[in-house]
Amino acid sequence: MSGVLLSVEDALVELPTPRGNLRAVDHVDLTVDAGRTLGIVGESGCGKTMLSRAILQLLPKKARLSGRVMFDGQDLTRLSPEKLRKLRGRSLAVVFQDPMTSLNPVLTIGTQLIETIQEHLALDLAEARKRSVELLAAVGIPAPEQRLAQYPHQLSGGMRQRVAIAVALSCEPKLLIADEPTTALDVTIQAQILDLLAREQRRRHMAMIIITHDLGVVAGRTDEVAVMYAGRVVERAPTPALFKQMRMPYTEALLAALPKLDAAPHTPLPAISGRPPDPTRPLKGCSFAPRCRYAAGRCNTDKPVLSRAETAEHLYACFHPIETTASGRA
Amino acid sequence: MLFFVARKLLYIVPVLIAVSILTFVIASLLPGDLAYVILGDQATPEKVAALRHDMGLDEPIWLRYFGWLWHILQGDFGRSFRTGQTVLDAVSERIPVSFELMMLAELIGLAIGVPLAIACAAKAGSAFDRFVTSSAFGMLSVPTFLSAILLIYLFAVELHWLPATGYVPIAEDPIANLRFMVLPALTLALAEWPGIMRVLRSDMIAALQEDYIALAKAKGLKPSRILFVHALKPSSLTLVTITGINIGRLIGGAVIVETIFALPGIGRLLVGAIYTRDLIILQGVVLLVAAGFVIMNFIVDMLYAVLDPRIRHGHA
Repeated sequence: MSGVLLSVEDALVELPTPRGNLRAVDHVDLTVDAGRTLGIVGESGCGKTMLSRAILQLLPKKARLSGRVMFDGQDLTRLSPEKLRKLRGRSLAVVFQDPMTSLNPVLTIGTQLIETIQEHLALDLAEARKRSVELLAAVGIPAPEQRLAQYPHQLSGGMRQRVAIAVALSCEPKLLIADEPTTALDVTIQAQILDLLAREQRRRHMAMIIITHDLGVVAGRTDEVAVMYAGRVVERAPTPALFKQMRMPYTEALLAALPKLDAAPHTPLPAISGRPPDPTRPLKGCSFAPRCRYAAGRCNTDKPVLSRAETAEHLYACFHPIETTASGRA
Repeated sequence: MLFFVARKLLYIVPVLIAVSILTFVIASLLPGDLAYVILGDQATPEKVAALRHDMGLDEPIWLRYFGWLWHILQGDFGRSFRTGQTVLDAVSERIPVSFELMMLAELIGLAIGVPLAIACAAKAGSAFDRFVTSSAFGMLSVPTFLSAILLIYLFAVELHWLPATGYVPIAEDPIANLRFMVLPALTLALAEWPGIMRVLRSDMIAALQEDYIALAKAKGLKPSRILFVHALKPSSLTLVTITGINIGRLIGGAVIVETIFALPGIGRLLVGAIYTRDLIILQGVVLLVAAGFVIMNFIVDMLYAVLDPRIRHGHA
């Protein structure tokens, strides 16, 4: 344990909409230790991307954020734009979901790498070029020298995401946030990109947050998992503990919704019926209650708080946690 | 890239042929027989018929067209039957005036429009943005002759800073030439900048919403670099288009402005040719101006390719 690098304290993100305030992130607490990986899992619209934008201080202009985002001893929500700028790209980096749109189409790969390096590190052009070539080679791009002069559209999606990762790694960040880094890619490329991220994370001893809707993505690649639902963290545990015994029915349902290799052909997937609650009209009770097969009594009237289970690291927000050992990776 | 240029050049040929046909047909359809115009209304029918025969006017239109085209391909656009001046001489005498006016007007228009557009896009929705956007809208609805008169009144009549009308060739006295050119160019620019501003502003606002701008911010780049490199470059395509169209349009001369400020440009040559039924000059000038317009658009296409690599590589 080498200390807390990032701690999100009581983060609340609200977006004004014509139908009222949309609470995208609802009192979230999270910590990431230096050099560790956290997976944030949840279905579309659960607030995981808004949470990542809140950490990066890249929320839409109209959004309101309260709470604290402590990174490396500083509260990012109170930092001046100039200090924030010096931090972003330097010690706090991000990889976005869609490499087709996250690289500037009219600038060369080289420009987009070198500008980042020269912004934060005192390197001249030749040194920055050299570093760019090394980075491209490190993320598995063949003929890196020639790539510098190429434009994003000349590369495949997987290659572009590798470039985006190279950009993120360019200044040796302390924390890398990967927001659905493989969702927009072919299935065959997904594992490669995830393995690349995991390898670079270990090699550079950086902390990493992987945001995904796919529990399978975080399974072997994270130290801790936080499951989000309707803007709240509903279960948080070290990855092995979570897969050994998940307590929150939502986590169980998420896992059950993954296709299994050993299932008989034509077995219907147990999808989670219904849909998440309207984020502009928060429910009084547990937000998962309407879709939960264990819901009863208090679930519809009181909001369960995230609290400790048997072990200090395993937290969940549920009145009727799953008691029996969930058959982890059935 | 070479293939791209060649393909674009090939497109130009049919366009130019179509333009030449249209020009010729429209000129032929104008009311008033050329022979009558030359001979005056005292002419006898026999004299008219003889002249028509001499000029080939009694031949079918397509024959006359090919004759005209044949001469043009040899560099002979014909000559005015009034002054005896060839079309090429008349045009080359006046093109420097119109060209200089057009360049100055575009430069001033861009110098006003581009910085305002960038400032507005960066602060979209602010009081400044709303003020500039609505003034641009107001400026769009001011006709050229009105702003010309107001500018003359202010700078020439009241302040005596600049001459109201007249022209000195740039080779004779560059300073005096510029003094004569400033007001007409400014008049045109006042009509140009709102279009430039509005187009670039909305393109930049759209670009600033893109993922790659979020990533540029996440990379910790300076706001100026995000604005001028990451947002401006991909937003400049439409700007190039309308600048190209403006320039193409002004190649044909700014008829009203050239008339008000008494500048001997292409616009006044054309108007004069229409008043005096000088069809040879009219046809030739219209064809040359149209060709200039087409070539300008070709240059715009080339600039696209320079600005956007996706077009260059045929991916767009």
